[in-house]
Amino acid sequence: MASASTLAPGGIDVGAYAAAPVMPDVLPPVKPKKGFIGFLRRNPTIAVGGFLLLLMLFVAIFAPVLGTVDPTALAPAKRTREPSSMYWFGSDMLGRDVYSRVLYGARVSLLVGFSVAFLASIVGLTIGMIAGYIRLADSIIMRIMDGLMSIPPILLAIALMALTRGSVQNVIIAITIAEIPRVSRLVRGVVLSLREQPYVEAAVAAGTRTPMIILRHILPNTLAPITVQATYICAAAMITEAILSFIGAGTPPIIPSWGNIMAEGRALWQVKPYIVFFPAVFLSITVLAVNLLGDGLRDALDPRMAKRL
Amino acid sequence: MTAYIIRRVLATIPVMAIVALFVFSLLYIAPGDPAAVIAGDQATPQDVERIRASLGLDRSFLVRFGAWLWDIVHGNLGTSIFTNLPVTTMIAQRIEPTLSLMILTLILAISIAVPMGVLAAWKQGTWIDRAVMGFAVLGFSIPVFVVGYLLAYIFALELDWLPVQGYTALKNGIGPWLQNLILPAVALGGVYIALIARITRATMLEVLSQDYIRTARAKGAGQRSILFLHALKNAAVPIVTVIGIGIALLIGGAVVTESVFAIPGLGRLTVDAILRRDYPVIQGVVLLFSFVYVLVNLAIDLLYTLFDPRIRY
Repeated sequence: MASASTLAPGGIDVGAYAAAPVMPDVLPPVKPKKGFIGFLRRNPTIAVGGFLLLLMLFVAIFAPVLGTVDPTALAPAKRTREPSSMYWFGSDMLGRDVYSRVLYGARVSLLVGFSVAFLASIVGLTIGMIAGYIRLADSIIMRIMDGLMSIPPILLAIALMALTRGSVQNVIIAITIAEIPRVSRLVRGVVLSLREQPYVEAAVAAGTRTPMIILRHILPNTLAPITVQATYICAAAMITEAILSFIGAGTPPIIPSWGNIMAEGRALWQVKPYIVFFPAVFLSITVLAVNLLGDGLRDALDPRMAKRL
Repeated sequence: MTAYIIRRVLATIPVMAIVALFVFSLLYIAPGDPAAVIAGDQATPQDVERIRASLGLDRSFLVRFGAWLWDIVHGNLGTSIFTNLPVTTMIAQRIEPTLSLMILTLILAISIAVPMGVLAAWKQGTWIDRAVMGFAVLGFSIPVFVVGYLLAYIFALELDWLPVQGYTALKNGIGPWLQNLILPAVALGGVYIALIARITRATMLEVLSQDYIRTARAKGAGQRSILFLHALKNAAVPIVTVIGIGIALLIGGAVVTESVFAIPGLGRLTVDAILRRDYPVIQGVVLLFSFVYVLVNLAIDLLYTLFDPRIRY
């Protein structure tokens, strides 16, 4: 995004310019750094987003050994303590350690974000492929998707959650269903435009069978846009999970999630704002990390797009 | 022109039918037996069966869907399981705060975001551009309730400039109404501003590189007139489209914002209905929001013909 112009311009071979004959041959030609480090230097948004996300992943995986106690352990005598050396992020109204709860909360958020991104991509890819390739199915599928898309996604997820008990698994399913229409649409659009490409037409003319064309030419070309889309879905899913838990229709209260912690701190937020503050910061940073990663990937994978957005 | 309008209006019918079918299925597969709930604890199985028959719950899915649709068309959204009030009455009681919040947010967001996007495109590559785009990423990343608490903490608790929570009806004066709504509107508008500013910048960048802009410059048109008259007008279609699509964000966000700021609107009604498993109410609200969303986007599609006379399908 933003940095389209500030980023090292991805596709341009700086070395070619440096080696132009009019240049005095004082400095050695600047070569873009190869390999992983070079890639990160050319795409600072990916580097920053990736670093923050890895940090959160680390927190989620190693939550038990990062100085936490049992996040569900009650201590009625030590309720609503301010942040201190004993309670780094304070304690909530049941005396539970907010630091431990926030760290364990990373697990729910990341699990929901990654699962929804993965599932919605797979299902959306399949539906989009079918719609893009089978004309008869196209109109029916797209009508259904249009209908589903006209229900605001959060409302759709809320409605689905109303049907089931609150559990992490149900949250994942509900958000996935709410996100599928968008992916399907994206994939269908890509497939339809790819089918018009000369190399696909050439493959058809050469007698390549349809499954082979899909596997060789269509599928690989949908991967870049779908990867970018998946990161945005991951970010949206994390926010939706937090919203669902916040209004009491998401992750059950027994499992600490950032939305839950905020919901529990809601009644006290005017006097004990830290209970709401810490999960809010963690949630925002994580979503920001995923969004940065998405923007960076989009710029790196599609330089034409990078100029525009 | 007329043919286009008719075709576009007709095209919304299948969409609305899908929404209606989905929302009906929601009630159909919802756990719990309404007949048993109405009959009460003392009822015999025969009583429950009789009530079920009188409610028509023993009929097939399609027959029930037809009957339900017939009721909807006649403005009957059913009765709340919890309060026994008609859902339409409950919605009517709650609609003013939500409508106020959304309209205020819409006005606020558009009047901030469009100039922001234009400015960023005009000053492309400068720190202004980067600041706008940085703001956009933050807007996408910080959830609406986080912004809400942050604003409430700063402007209501610490500075004591605005009320922390609550809602004052418009009939009690525009001042108190606005005072209560300004923080929720800013909180709710965050994502929306980010979205509109980003698309405005992108579209403006594209338009500003067109030949007719160079022509306008060559004939000596002023910078402001080029930006807002020549360029923005040509960038209008994508911007207005995103404003329409983004209303889905507003609807979803309103549910949360109303919870944070204790606004007694449709969002709160939804949340309460979820917690009580009051399916007719959930159904009614989802249906209402979706239809409004479809109709707004239909209106926008028809508006295109005003912005861009070339669009004539």
